[in-house]
Amino acid sequence: MKKGRTYGAKALIKTLEKLGVEVIFGYPGGANLPIYEALASSSIKHVLARHEQGASHMADGYARATGKVGVCLATSGPGATNLVTGIATAYMDSVPMLAITGQVPRSNIGTDAFQEVDTTGITIPITKHNLLVQEVKEIPSRIEEAFHIASTGRKGPVLIDIPKDVLFQEFNLPDIKEIVLEGYNPNSEGHPGQIKRAVKTLEHAKKPLIIAGGGIIASESFDVLRQFAEKANIPLTHTFMGKTALADNHPLNLGMCGYHGKVVSNQAIDQADVILALGARFSNRHTINLDTYPGHRKIIHVDIDPAEIGKNVETLLPIVGDLKQILTRLNDLIKPCKHPDWISHLKDIDSRALLPVVPENELTQIGTMRIMQEYLDNPLFVTDVGRHQMFAAHEIKLPSGRHFLSSGGLGTMGFSFPAAVGAAVGMPDRQIVVIAGDGSFVMNCQEIITATEEKLNIICFIMNDSKLGMIAQLQDEFYKSSFDISDLGSFVDFPKMAESMGAQGHRVVTSADLRELMQDKDLYKGVHIVDCVIGKGGEHAYPMVRGNSILDIVEEGGVK
Amino acid sequence: MKHTISILCDDVPGVMTRISGLFSRRGFNIESLSVGVTDNPGKSRFTIVVNGDDTVLEQLRKQLQKLINVINVWDYKEESIVSREHALLKVKAISSNRAELLQLVSSIPARIIDSSGDLWTLEITGDTEDVSSFIDLFRHYGIVESIRTGKIALKRG
Repeated sequence: MKKGRTYGAKALIKTLEKLGVEVIFGYPGGANLPIYEALASSSIKHVLARHEQGASHMADGYARATGKVGVCLATSGPGATNLVTGIATAYMDSVPMLAITGQVPRSNIGTDAFQEVDTTGITIPITKHNLLVQEVKEIPSRIEEAFHIASTGRKGPVLIDIPKDVLFQEFNLPDIKEIVLEGYNPNSEGHPGQIKRAVKTLEHAKKPLIIAGGGIIASESFDVLRQFAEKANIPLTHTFMGKTALADNHPLNLGMCGYHGKVVSNQAIDQADVILALGARFSNRHTINLDTYPGHRKIIHVDIDPAEIGKNVETLLPIVGDLKQILTRLNDLIKPCKHPDWISHLKDIDSRALLPVVPENELTQIGTMRIMQEYLDNPLFVTDVGRHQMFAAHEIKLPSGRHFLSSGGLGTMGFSFPAAVGAAVGMPDRQIVVIAGDGSFVMNCQEIITATEEKLNIICFIMNDSKLGMIAQLQDEFYKSSFDISDLGSFVDFPKMAESMGAQGHRVVTSADLRELMQDKDLYKGVHIVDCVIGKGGEHAYPMVRGNSILDIVEEGGVK
Repeated sequence: MKHTISILCDDVPGVMTRISGLFSRRGFNIESLSVGVTDNPGKSRFTIVVNGDDTVLEQLRKQLQKLINVINVWDYKEESIVSREHALLKVKAISSNRAELLQLVSSIPARIIDSSGDLWTLEITGDTEDVSSFIDLFRHYGIVESIRTGKIALKRG
């Protein structure tokens, strides 16, 4: 090859290197092999997933754990469609991701060629942006633009589809000019007048409340949120995605609100006179029913995405911008306040909450989570989707920060293990802990192979109740049918499965077993799959809303 | 409530799907959609007419604005715009009614752009209501085929 000339795949990898990409999670196929050829001489590490869905969740987990853009790579056709669930998961939770897919050569596009699908067409509704690269000279600038779009404003996944012949084409590598996207100018500062009005409204509030959403984590506004909440003395509830916005044990943190929220949190939303919503999107998992959602007119809604404001609830004061910058301004401007009566009233409600009873010897989900925490040092938790996810949201006590990764918006079963692989690759010094159900774990258990191969430190606790727990609960609560579809049987030998894939397998049946295992120093090195045989299969995840409003919430067994 | 939405965007493949997809995803039936390039190279302008709830359309406008290829979106009020639609109309022009037809054509903003035997093709331009009422005028003579573009609109001033 002549000096200064390169070919498409090489330009792609060079651009990724320039952007600081350290790792790509991928799977090869005919259409993306030129990229692998270029990766051979690159500083970028490649992690071979065992399924493209795994690769997309890995990129997602890497991004959620590190705050960087996660990159995944698949071939055309089925490779690209296998990424779809992972891309949609990242889209719903606003995770920065770059998905690169191979496409059939340009001359074959539109002919139903072997392994051809309209990848950009399929992914339009689940990406922040996507495109098919038509000319090799576009590759560097399109990749830079994609990176910029994925990681700024409201973050999200961007997909770039590149035909195989374009990957092979030679061209002169151009210098990239400054990125100019006329239609893309995210506002980060927030309107100063609106910020001042928000401060006034909050200073006059008798019963103010903060609702913290996933935006706090995405913008890493942890410290300024805590300073502001303390200075203004405002209690805080968080959405599921807002867990770890503020430390779980912080005195102002009431806990999670919404469908599986705490009674005190939902009551606080009902009784507050001013609500400051920070990076929360008032999803139906939080509001249940917009007609019955407490009809406050005094909602101050701060979000980077103007389309989120007023989408579901009416807003008194919209503030569009970056949470960190806006919270800093709010914190600078607000006078120190005190709301002792309001806070003690909420504490009083909370003190009457029914607490789940955990038997001493029997292994339960809650008990398992409590015990494991006693032995873990600065863990990063990744949960799957189901009943264990809700138990984890309530029971796992964490400081603020990127410590709890879970698929909130899409509720993707099979998310946890591959996402944990991505997190472990991004954060090699952290102890990564997976909490999965026996149903959800099986959905991407093949990624144990990747974790073993990469010599990661992951402990995966399978809450094995031989059931699809959340389905069992929904059937119990809302259906009278005798067709129990939740039974998974108890014949899968998870320890053997783990061992067959090069990991360590364990089974614990009692809490004493679990304690003994947790004391074993070897548990904290390598990949460990712990089959926790949950005795009482039918623990329902409470509290939960059983009616039509966030106030129709029931706790363990009893309506209050 | 009828909305006339105007969108200035990059002229790139897929932009039509992205834009129309946002409407169909929310169950809107697009009444008319017209698109063409502008005098600015690489930019197109859409005019979309939909009927729907104001709040939902405000949300839709924001979602359209979020598309990376969309540069600007306007939801025009009827009174603030100039708008045009174009129709082609093939009518029977038999000798007994030709004179009458010709008179009619010359009294409104219409033109004969083709006459082949007993069939004349007329073009009509006007706002949406004009075009509808002109088409009605010719119904009596027997419309063989007709086609109309979607509305195009610009803000006054």
